[in-house]
Amino acid sequence: MRASLFITCYNDTLYPETGRAVVALLERLGVELDFHPRQTCCGQMHANTGFRGEAFSQAKRFVQLYQDAETVVIPSSSCVAMIRDQYRGLFEELGNEALRKQFAALLPRVFELSEFLLDKIGVEDVGAYFPHRVVYHASCHGVRALHLGDRPYRLMAKVRGLDLATLPNVERCCGFGGTFSVKNAEVSSAMLATKLQDVVSTGAEYCTALDNSCLMHLGGAMHRQYAGMKTIHLAQILASTEDSPAEAFA
Amino acid sequence: MSHPVETHAILDPTLAPPFPQAALNVLRNPQLRKNVSHAIDVIQGKRARLVAEKTDWQELRSAASAIRAHALEHLGFYLEQFEARCTAAGGHVHWAADADEARQIILDLLRKENASEVIKIKTMTSAEIQLNPFLEAQGIRAFETDLAEIILQLGDEEPSHIVVPALHINRSQVREIFARRMGLKNLSDDPQVLTAAARTYLRQKFLTIPTAISGANFLIAETGSVGVVESEGNGRMCLTLPRTMITLAGIEKVLPCFDNLEVMLQVLARSATGERMNPYTSLWTGVTPGDGPQNFHVVLLDNGRSPMLTRPVERQTLKCIRCAACMNACPVYRQTGGHAYGSVYPGPIGAILTPQLMHMQHAQSLPYASSLCGACYEVCPVKINIPEVLLELRSQVVNQERKQVLRFFDPMYLGLRIANLLFSRAWIFHAAQRLGRIGARLVTRKDGWIHSLPSVGGKWTQTRDLRGLPSQTFHEWWAARGKEAK
Repeated sequence: MRASLFITCYNDTLYPETGRAVVALLERLGVELDFHPRQTCCGQMHANTGFRGEAFSQAKRFVQLYQDAETVVIPSSSCVAMIRDQYRGLFEELGNEALRKQFAALLPRVFELSEFLLDKIGVEDVGAYFPHRVVYHASCHGVRALHLGDRPYRLMAKVRGLDLATLPNVERCCGFGGTFSVKNAEVSSAMLATKLQDVVSTGAEYCTALDNSCLMHLGGAMHRQYAGMKTIHLAQILASTEDSPAEAFA
Repeated sequence: MSHPVETHAILDPTLAPPFPQAALNVLRNPQLRKNVSHAIDVIQGKRARLVAEKTDWQELRSAASAIRAHALEHLGFYLEQFEARCTAAGGHVHWAADADEARQIILDLLRKENASEVIKIKTMTSAEIQLNPFLEAQGIRAFETDLAEIILQLGDEEPSHIVVPALHINRSQVREIFARRMGLKNLSDDPQVLTAAARTYLRQKFLTIPTAISGANFLIAETGSVGVVESEGNGRMCLTLPRTMITLAGIEKVLPCFDNLEVMLQVLARSATGERMNPYTSLWTGVTPGDGPQNFHVVLLDNGRSPMLTRPVERQTLKCIRCAACMNACPVYRQTGGHAYGSVYPGPIGAILTPQLMHMQHAQSLPYASSLCGACYEVCPVKINIPEVLLELRSQVVNQERKQVLRFFDPMYLGLRIANLLFSRAWIFHAAQRLGRIGARLVTRKDGWIHSLPSVGGKWTQTRDLRGLPSQTFHEWWAARGKEAK
């Protein structure tokens, strides 16, 4: 199977280890990956801040770059949610018929990583080994926009050595919200403090998620507070094996 | 121990400070935050249990959503039908284009009754048009009769929630307010004792004031009836004892038929208070000789609602049945309570309703008072896609603001314009990444983390660190790997 990796702008810049892990994981599962060198951003930041015109030009760019891809895999729920929930409206308002058609044809081939693993290639056991206590943060877009449901839990259940902690109020937002985290910095920080209390109470070594944006928020506060817990994208856990542990991607 | 309640909140959107600033007052008040989070956790828990026992909850939501959407699509027709049926049953219907008109209509009606006092129940709309201070200035005293509203009125407080308006006040604070204002020195904070004190206070009002103002949960077009739901029975008293009754209702409150209540009452009670059925459901149709108020008036208020009907995204806002499930589920409201929203309509619904009622001329910070987590949409019993409306309003705010000269150099606007340029071409993006890496070295500490950033970035680093930029981006790694393979 062939898949095109859309790494997303912030993973490319800030979390390349997640991308390296996705490559190791998918190639181990026999997926032939390509990477479009002209990719940049899905437009979420602009769309969510109210900059529709700018969001539209990035959305258009995405559709044009990937129109011939067999499948597109994206290790970020919120970027997939942007494409699924907002592109149609943007194209209806600002696009033309040809673009709308291109998008409609592309959309069913766009997958979030856990969807790609379970729904597209149909593996639950990816052969991972990660002997640590882990807590899973169900990001808002994963839960309420993509309806990922038990997908991440099914994947984690098959990771050897992984001890999954239960997170109280698992579906509550961490307070990141993109530009919300700076436009409403104080409220965002208060939400983060509430979330962090629940996360730290689990006593896990790692907090994982399918969005590095939430993890950047949680991890930033953990580091500030010497919380003694690390953040790690689920892709890095799933890529991890006895021979090539998670640290190999860092 | 009793703590003073926060300093007076401003719930007038034309005067209230922007949300981030107003929220600070609350964030600095630990007692208030404790009161709010405790109260909504209790309501949320009850709601979750009662929604879970309904196996057809999603179907109920769809039905409720469809009923409200249909009513709004044909609003003119149903309002006229309501007017005709209500009038035929002996009621009088008045149309108010804005707050001014509504206040004047109500004042004229009260003057005709020679009223110097009036009792009130379940009318948030009257707070929207700031009726009480207006009447007060005209020499008419308004007495609230809903328990929570009494607490607020006596404590000179503002509502912070649309179903539980005094949710931010705990019982020791209620005790303090009652003791002070009712002259009851030895009052305990036992809820039964407090309720009994309120009852004594209220009975006297019910038995002596013959004029009342109510709100409406529903107007029923088919029969011309009005419906009010409540928990205490004070509403029932207020709706049945007076000689004259004036109901103030937003034009969106109309339901096509009586049967619609089957769906609406089920979703409302479960969503609002976590009950299978609300304790008191009062329905009346015009005037019944010898029973209940003999003069009945309905004031239908537009006040910025009609413009919302013209576009489908914004129109959803008017489907709202004021259950407050969205604010109970909202992680932002949980931190800030209602006052930060500077409006009688707080929470996610307030964040989309208030700016629109203000014709997008005030409260422009409210559409940004959300992390877009979607919890509001998930619980909304009439399926208002609040995040979608928030985004629409954000784009309207940006379209307004980006024309302003001063905004041109606003760091947020500047940053987003630059970001757009970076994302337009991969080579520009990659150059910026390299440049950013050099810049980041200046602020990255020995531990590899950034602890302090200038400008907008400082908003991030006030509570959070940021990991320093890695020495190689993903696309650089991919390109290098490709070369190695060759």
